[in-house]
Amino acid sequence: MSVSGDSLWITMREKGYSRREFMQFCSFAAATIGLGVQGKAEVAKAFEQKQRPPVVWLHFQECTCCSESFIRGSHPIVADILLDSISLDYTETLMAASGHQAEKSLADTIKKYAGKYILLVEGSVPTGADGVYCVIGGRSAAQILEEAAKDAAAIVAWGNCASYGCVQAAKPNPTGATPIQELVGKPVIQVPGCPPIADVMVGVITHILLFGRPPELDSRGRPKEFYSRRVHDTCYRRPYYDAGLFVESFDDDHARKGYCLYEMGCRGPVTYNACAVTRWNDHTSYPIQSGHPCIGCSEKGFWDDGPFYRHLPSFPGFPIEATADTIGAALGVGVAIGVGAHAITTNIRKRPVIQETQAESVSEPTDKKKVD
Amino acid sequence: MTPTSVSYRRIYVWELPVRAFHWINAAAITVLGLTGFIIGHPFSVAYTQEASFQYWFGTVRFIHFLAGYIFLINMLMRIYWGFVGNAYSNWKEFIPTSRSWIGDIKEVLKVDILQTSVHGPVHVGHNRLAGLIYFGTFWMFLFQALTGFALYAPMSRLFVGKLATWIVPILGGDQNVRHLHHTMLWFYVAFAIVHVYLVFYHDYVEGRGTTSSMVGGWKFEREDYLDKH
Ligand code: HEM
Ligand code: SF4
Repeated sequence: MSVSGDSLWITMREKGYSRREFMQFCSFAAATIGLGVQGKAEVAKAFEQKQRPPVVWLHFQECTCCSESFIRGSHPIVADILLDSISLDYTETLMAASGHQAEKSLADTIKKYAGKYILLVEGSVPTGADGVYCVIGGRSAAQILEEAAKDAAAIVAWGNCASYGCVQAAKPNPTGATPIQELVGKPVIQVPGCPPIADVMVGVITHILLFGRPPELDSRGRPKEFYSRRVHDTCYRRPYYDAGLFVESFDDDHARKGYCLYEMGCRGPVTYNACAVTRWNDHTSYPIQSGHPCIGCSEKGFWDDGPFYRHLPSFPGFPIEATADTIGAALGVGVAIGVGAHAITTNIRKRPVIQETQAESVSEPTDKKKVD
Repeated sequence: MTPTSVSYRRIYVWELPVRAFHWINAAAITVLGLTGFIIGHPFSVAYTQEASFQYWFGTVRFIHFLAGYIFLINMLMRIYWGFVGNAYSNWKEFIPTSRSWIGDIKEVLKVDILQTSVHGPVHVGHNRLAGLIYFGTFWMFLFQALTGFALYAPMSRLFVGKLATWIVPILGGDQNVRHLHHTMLWFYVAFAIVHVYLVFYHDYVEGRGTTSSMVGGWKFEREDYLDKH
């Protein structure tokens, strides 16, 4: 565990990176956070001079896919420096220390760098049954979070778990999984996704390290840079959507041609993320590019909006096959039958009324003749 | 039954803006329902050409959005008319405000559902129950416009969409907004069936020209009933 205080550049040099590699990283960082090539010098200067803030990365109820994603960022230095050696003063999955030593390190960091450290949280906090579903070192996730969040300079919620509760919070949410935003009384930077895109995570972290403040956020706490556009609006299959050329089953000819996956339940039109722009695995691909519809993993409650491979989700309270359309069509038929039945009873029961009204009629033409 | 001599008075109930609203609304909802159904059920039409040469799904969506604007503007016009129009079109016609009003509603329910033979004067504008139902329907229109424009916001630069986006977090995200917007289609289908039927039914049993009133604006009322109003 490295000691915080040095600048990023010094730490990198100690690790054996060359000046050229450092500058490459600075270009990458500048581009990721939207500064452009001109921003490279600014980034380099900041990383040379600024002390890097200590970082605490907590893991609660999660699968560690956020960490897995993070270490696959397209620039190797990010994983190596930011995660491996840089000031990661506490993280359950990667730190060398264990047991009491690790717990002490966490407590020390929180105390020593109060108001300075960055808190990264991966996973949701189970609040059911007094938090017994997630206990680390004898303390519940909720207790650990409360302590760690109190004096944090910035809090980042990694992934859908920390942002919205993800699969653990899917109905009926047996452990009472709760997004961290609801537990800490402070603004939280939400970086949803299951997992979030590596370069998005790196971008958020870099921004905080560089400017000492969070990137610009939208009304739901997500960095605008990465979450202001729908996958659908940036998807390269979009022309097929507008042309009405759809894949109708996996492995059909249309799938082979790369048509739009809308009919296969693609959630691109209701999902805000940077997949189609940033892409994954060193900008190689993203789910839709490999032929799989978007499942909307960066959206709140996406597990409850299934089945994934169908445009319409199942209707709450009905069997899984029932969609709004089956129920609506049944309703329509029911109403039509009811109306038909009503028409019949009207003619039986309202006979006198109708006859009475009809009796008001006078035969007009014959009257006219008589007058003449 | 011997023919009783009954004289009727002609009353101009629905002014032109009200009738125009009604039919524009009916047309817009029909178009929105049909195009919306296609958007929610993309099907294969033409697969002979590549994407560069066809745009039919985009056109269907364009028609949906255009009709959406017409639907919204028309609705705003009708709200305005609810303040400046005649007594029958006033907004107060839609909200029960007196005990006798509630009594009227019960009466209509009895006549329509229990099919009792009670008859006598019926309110000349909307019958009291219909008025209340249209009040509810108005909120449904508003809901549909809000969810529709909230979904539309990311693809539009005009301010109209942004006025509706506040509803997205309340309903729990775009997917839920879309699902509710889609589900509401069936409300319109059910409403249309019941609405058209009830108009015909009331015309049939009351003989006051209810159906044609939305074309010409005139309703007919027995003179002896009018005195009681
Ligand atoms: C009576 C009124 C309306 C009905 C019955 C209706 C119906 C529908 C239906 C069934 C869908 C398909 C939803 C899906 O499964 O994806 C839809 C989509 C949509 N509607 Fe409406 N709608 C109405 C009014 C409006 C209005 C006023 C707007 C405002 C512009 C609007 C905008 C949209 C948008 C943006 C979509 C999504 C289209 C897309 O995914 O590209 N709708 N509508
Ligand atoms: S594949 Fe999905 S995101 Fe891409 S255009 Fe089709 S519906 Fe939109």
